[in-house]
Amino acid sequence: MKKNSKSNLSRRKLMKSIAAVGSISAMPGFVNYSQASSSAPIRIGFQVHRTGIGAAYGRWYDRTTQAAVKIINDSGGINGRPLEIISEDDGTDPKRGAEALEKFANQHNCDVAFGTLFSHVVIGSAPRAGELKLPYFVVSEGHHVASGMLNRYTLQPGITDVKSQVQAMAPFVKDNLGKKVTMVYPDFAFGHDHRDYFSAAFESQGGEIIAKVPIPPTESSFSKYFPKIPRDTEVLYHVMVGPAVLTFVKELGEFYGSKGPKLFGFIDSVEAVDLNTPGLEFLDGSYFWEGNPRYAQDNQTVHDQFYRTAVGVDKNGASVSDPKDVSTYAHMFGCWETLHIIKKGMEVSGYSDVKDRSKLIEAVESMNNMPLSQAHPQGAKIFNGKTHQTFGHQYITKMTNGKLVLAHTTSIEDTFYPDEVDYTKQSF
Amino acid sequence: MRKDIILHLSALLFLFLLEILGIFSEYHQGNFARILVLAAYGVGYNILFGYTGLLSLGHALFFSAGLYASGLSIYHLDYNIEQSLFLAICISALISLIIGFLALRTIGVSFMIVTLMFSQIAYLSILYFGSITRGDEGFVIQQSSRVFLSMDLSNPKIRYYSALLIFSLCMLINLWIAKSPFGRVLVAIRENSDRALMLGYNVKLYKLFSIIISGTISGLAGACYGILFGYVGASFAAVSYSIFPLLWVLIGGAGTVLGPLIGAIFMFYLIDYASDITDAYMIIVGVALLFVTLFARRGIIGELRFRYYKWIS
Repeated sequence: MKKNSKSNLSRRKLMKSIAAVGSISAMPGFVNYSQASSSAPIRIGFQVHRTGIGAAYGRWYDRTTQAAVKIINDSGGINGRPLEIISEDDGTDPKRGAEALEKFANQHNCDVAFGTLFSHVVIGSAPRAGELKLPYFVVSEGHHVASGMLNRYTLQPGITDVKSQVQAMAPFVKDNLGKKVTMVYPDFAFGHDHRDYFSAAFESQGGEIIAKVPIPPTESSFSKYFPKIPRDTEVLYHVMVGPAVLTFVKELGEFYGSKGPKLFGFIDSVEAVDLNTPGLEFLDGSYFWEGNPRYAQDNQTVHDQFYRTAVGVDKNGASVSDPKDVSTYAHMFGCWETLHIIKKGMEVSGYSDVKDRSKLIEAVESMNNMPLSQAHPQGAKIFNGKTHQTFGHQYITKMTNGKLVLAHTTSIEDTFYPDEVDYTKQSF
Repeated sequence: MRKDIILHLSALLFLFLLEILGIFSEYHQGNFARILVLAAYGVGYNILFGYTGLLSLGHALFFSAGLYASGLSIYHLDYNIEQSLFLAICISALISLIIGFLALRTIGVSFMIVTLMFSQIAYLSILYFGSITRGDEGFVIQQSSRVFLSMDLSNPKIRYYSALLIFSLCMLINLWIAKSPFGRVLVAIRENSDRALMLGYNVKLYKLFSIIISGTISGLAGACYGILFGYVGASFAAVSYSIFPLLWVLIGGAGTVLGPLIGAIFMFYLIDYASDITDAYMIIVGVALLFVTLFARRGIIGELRFRYYKWIS
């Protein structure tokens, strides 16, 4: 083996090295962007699940976002400036989600960031939003915002959280379906939120949770879990998410057929799934929570009609261009409403550029009543500026002849719970 | 020898100068901080795979062991950064010892499967004990807890220098191993373990040491990731985070000291720039990886060493 004991770093090589450093520093993005003009678009970084477990939600979040932006721009934009969406795939992964925020703030010079459903992506991204001092409007329905886990820069004004949703379901389930409930849920944080918050609310109503059946997140076949459901179960409460939801409901149907306990499920179990898929007939007569009813109801508001048309969803909740492309209607309204809240917040605060980010947050924090309107087609809401969380009506629909028909609408007050944090006490 | 050391020290100096001369934009400063910590993880992986020839598919276990040991101790026990780092190193070393002791009863494909299974056990345990770990959602390490020797680790500059310090430490350990008789025995085991055994080396013991060093460095990287970026989550224990270091090492050059860094930079920016071009960026990434595999089979640094600079470690 040849030994090299001397350094061969000549002046020429040194100059080459310096030139290499110079070349790298001239690469796209290695210089700070500097652009601010009163007529420049307001840039909104849209963190979207294009790939990964949340892709079905991401596709519809994207369509809703684009529709909302078109409506806002067609009506004059925000403070006379057009909205521009900068999309970035987060891969439904928290690390990538945080990197997307980094890109929005430091590469694309976005004014705010928004989007994303899956709570682990939000929780993984929020610390970076706080460090970047980038307002981060999430559409996640997780309890993580109101729990106080995040920071002043993270807000959820356009969609209610899972804690308020499940506690509002408890009275209806007890009064109309039965007092002995078995819960089937995914064995991770989202499912645990259902388990904990519904159990507490249901038991406080005088009901009884007689069994809890967690299903591991990697599971693709569910038949072996159904025998764990006690025979005296009156109501089976089910919630499932991810690509295996269709398998889950089909196997549930194969197990029970037309006999079995009454079913109450969160629409997540069949979100983006065509309810007329063969094998799902057994769901007829069962009840679902829906954030926003997928099927246009008899008492449909003009605002829902407008929103539905703008996004391109038919009266059955599917794409107008492809009836088999079923939307995530129960959740995606959050994107529409959040963008309208950002618009209002920017207008109230006189937002001009990134130095006004804290003013924007204060303006949103001071919002309270959000009446049913074109900006809020899902229904009226009450926003809690201290906890950065909105509260609103929840819908319970009954599967009737292959369609989900509205059976009950909760009051907003049904969804309230005591504050767990006051973000307004945190400094910017 | 001297040229080799100068090269590696220059690489570290280069990374230092990029920051101190203000060449980075804020965006790339943040990216490089992340890359450096991940490259430290790659260094840990490289010691086992690149130098010892043991292909693990379960290294996310070690990364997440450090991540959760430090994160949980801060979150539940109010440990400070120094205490949590010390705990993370101890836990990672202990887990590496146990996993190494058990997994080394196998070789080749079986070793890959066993390490993968152990990693899956860890991943599912994190989900199962959700009341402690917050399951798949994970948890945030608040900014107020991320202070080390009165320095705010969420400050971009301090975070970058911290990441560079961690990477430098890991890389220099790797360089020392590569130059040491211990490292040469590891390479001998990689090339022909029967011959190394015949020459009188306790092959199993060397492999065990290699796993412990590799796992501890990976755990240290995991702990630093949580502390510097403020998030601890189960996705870091998933199988994809066992595949990533393998890719970084293969692209950069297995058995080269700078390979994991080059591989991590390459992968990070390949995804970053490809995602600016199209939503189907993973196709571009896949094609690029195919080309690298076909035309630089020893990885970038490995190919440079093979063709031009035999002296590179």
